[in-house]
Amino acid sequence: MQEQPQVLYKNRYVPGINTLEVYLQHGGYESFRKALTMTPDAIIDEVKASGLRGRGGAGFPTSVKWVAVPKNRDQEHFLIINADEGEPGTAKDRDLMNALPHLMIEGCLCSLMALNASKCYIYIRGEYIEPWKSVQKAINEARKAGFIGKNVLGSGLDFEIYTHLGAGAYECGEESALMSSLMGERGMPRMKPPYAPLPQVKGVWDKPSVVNNVETVSTLVPILAMGGAEYTKIGYGSPRSRGTKLFSISGHVNKPGIYEIVLGTPFNEVLEIAGGVKGKLKTYIPGGSSMGFAPPTPMDYPFDYEGIPQNTKTLGLGSGGLIVFNDTVPIVPLAARLTHFYHHESCGKCTPCREGLNWMAKIYDRILAGAGRESDVDLLWDICDNIRGKSFCPLGEGAIWPVMTSLTLFRDEYLQYIRTGTYTPPVAVTTAG
Amino acid sequence: MSVFSEETIARLDELISRYPTKKAALLPALWVAQDVGGGVLNPDAMEAVASHLELPPAEVQGVATFYTMYNKVPRGKFAIEICHNVPCMAFGAEELIAHCEHSLGISAGETTPDGHITLARVECLGACCNAPAVQIGSKYYENVSAEHIDALIVQIKSLPDNPDHTPQGLISETASF
Ligand SMILES: Cc1cc2nc3c(=O)[nH]c(=O)nc-3n(C[C@H](O)[C@H](O)[C@H](O)COP(=O)(O)O)c2cc1C
Ligand code: SF4
Ligand code: FES
Repeated sequence: MQEQPQVLYKNRYVPGINTLEVYLQHGGYESFRKALTMTPDAIIDEVKASGLRGRGGAGFPTSVKWVAVPKNRDQEHFLIINADEGEPGTAKDRDLMNALPHLMIEGCLCSLMALNASKCYIYIRGEYIEPWKSVQKAINEARKAGFIGKNVLGSGLDFEIYTHLGAGAYECGEESALMSSLMGERGMPRMKPPYAPLPQVKGVWDKPSVVNNVETVSTLVPILAMGGAEYTKIGYGSPRSRGTKLFSISGHVNKPGIYEIVLGTPFNEVLEIAGGVKGKLKTYIPGGSSMGFAPPTPMDYPFDYEGIPQNTKTLGLGSGGLIVFNDTVPIVPLAARLTHFYHHESCGKCTPCREGLNWMAKIYDRILAGAGRESDVDLLWDICDNIRGKSFCPLGEGAIWPVMTSLTLFRDEYLQYIRTGTYTPPVAVTTAG
Repeated sequence: MSVFSEETIARLDELISRYPTKKAALLPALWVAQDVGGGVLNPDAMEAVASHLELPPAEVQGVATFYTMYNKVPRGKFAIEICHNVPCMAFGAEELIAHCEHSLGISAGETTPDGHITLARVECLGACCNAPAVQIGSKYYENVSAEHIDALIVQIKSLPDNPDHTPQGLISETASF
């Protein structure tokens, strides 16, 4: 196994690293001090050189998002941190906020510098009371130490960071819905370009706004510390997948956990890092449930932004929530559960998602109750086809992906399940001796 | 007269000061109102939030009903929330739910007749690597076994009240952390 350089997690297991005192002893806030001496353009150039892509799910290049923000400072700009982590299988932002809150706060400050902004809101999902307290405590400490507030470190610049607690809506993780929610509205998505201006031009309160994931801004800290060019040397994936990423590895592996892994690490090594598969690999979800189910082969492809969709026909790396299933698990209840999840979380704004998922949930219920028909397999596919490309926001697209991939990979198992109401795991072949 | 104490009003005003508009303080204000209500968002508290934020009451209600964590109907003093999404499902979440239903004598989604405990199914809690995961109030419990949850139930039954659901409980004063 290749060694995995720890960049974000370098000090993850240092006792007390969540306190300012210990964080400072380990070089804390040095990247921010450096950022204070740089121009916004110079910071964005480092980020561009690093090749950093958004860690929240979409993988959009961070520097490209940032250069679209107007340069003038005659109106307020806002940075919004997406800590709404709700994608099934994803647990990394919770760990970052619990264990390394100052890393995230420092990342926010560096990003504020890059964006010529002074106000940051951290939108944390309502269930995350403990991470919220951890982050708020770090903000209070950083304020006392002069990293937040007026005239920070004598720079003449003001920085404010606020936490904002959500209240239970997966859709609020979608960035335009998140902005609506932050403004005190229902968490419904908004029209996007080309039909509406970019949020970087007209976002919350009609001011230039940037939404970034917790891990994305945290990664700014090591990038500024080592320089963007140095950061690209980490990793052996494609030129478009540089650096490391946090993966939440759950399901049937021997050591489930959150691991910092170099992008492009072969998939079988990723599994080894998590202690190897418990039992025989049946399928896995590479990056949070919306990405869909992947076949058990190939195993030796680069696990990164390009490698995953090319080799598995899933949507891709997503949020880094890798969920592994062995062959004791029937596929139909998994797909049924996810369909119910998306149906429950559908915001109801557009018909294909709202109605289509309602139908699909009913069909799955009927199959699970033993009253399914063989034609349900095609019916599910047809409904997916009607949602595909027609939903107002990506939730609808993410909802059909686990269903379509499961139908493609496990059509026979669906039919068997419908006919017999049960799933018979394949018989293990034991070799004598 | 408002249903809120002077202290609560001061907290709402501090929240309002964080945003460019009063309306933006709506979600945090509803959290405070729910806290004050001992874990329930009462109609009169919603009304008071509306008047304090200068919003139409119908708008406040519309927002409150969109988000599942605002409890418009009373729940038990303690809510045992068990994640049933796929990683937890692969580690026995359904069996754990069935176990709790049996030991509490209620179905998921219901509250015990004495009003003490609500059992609920929830979606991914972000603790998938330690499945199955359970949330009780602000606290997470991970890798939860049937024995573990039995012990938690015994403990909860012995507590008269949930410390999370005091006016300063779940969403306590942020400045004091
Ligand atoms: C339904 C839905 C839920 C999402 N949930 C999250 C989330 O919880 N956290 C997150 O960072 N991004 C989430 N995203 C992605 C965001 O819309 C957005 O791409 C991301 O926050 C941008 O930050 P990044 O560029 O730093 O990744 C979600 C997207 C959709 C469509
Ligand atoms: S696809 Fe449509 S209904 Fe579904 S969450 Fe997005 S906007 Fe709402
Ligand atoms: S699926 Fe249960 S915590 Fe994520």
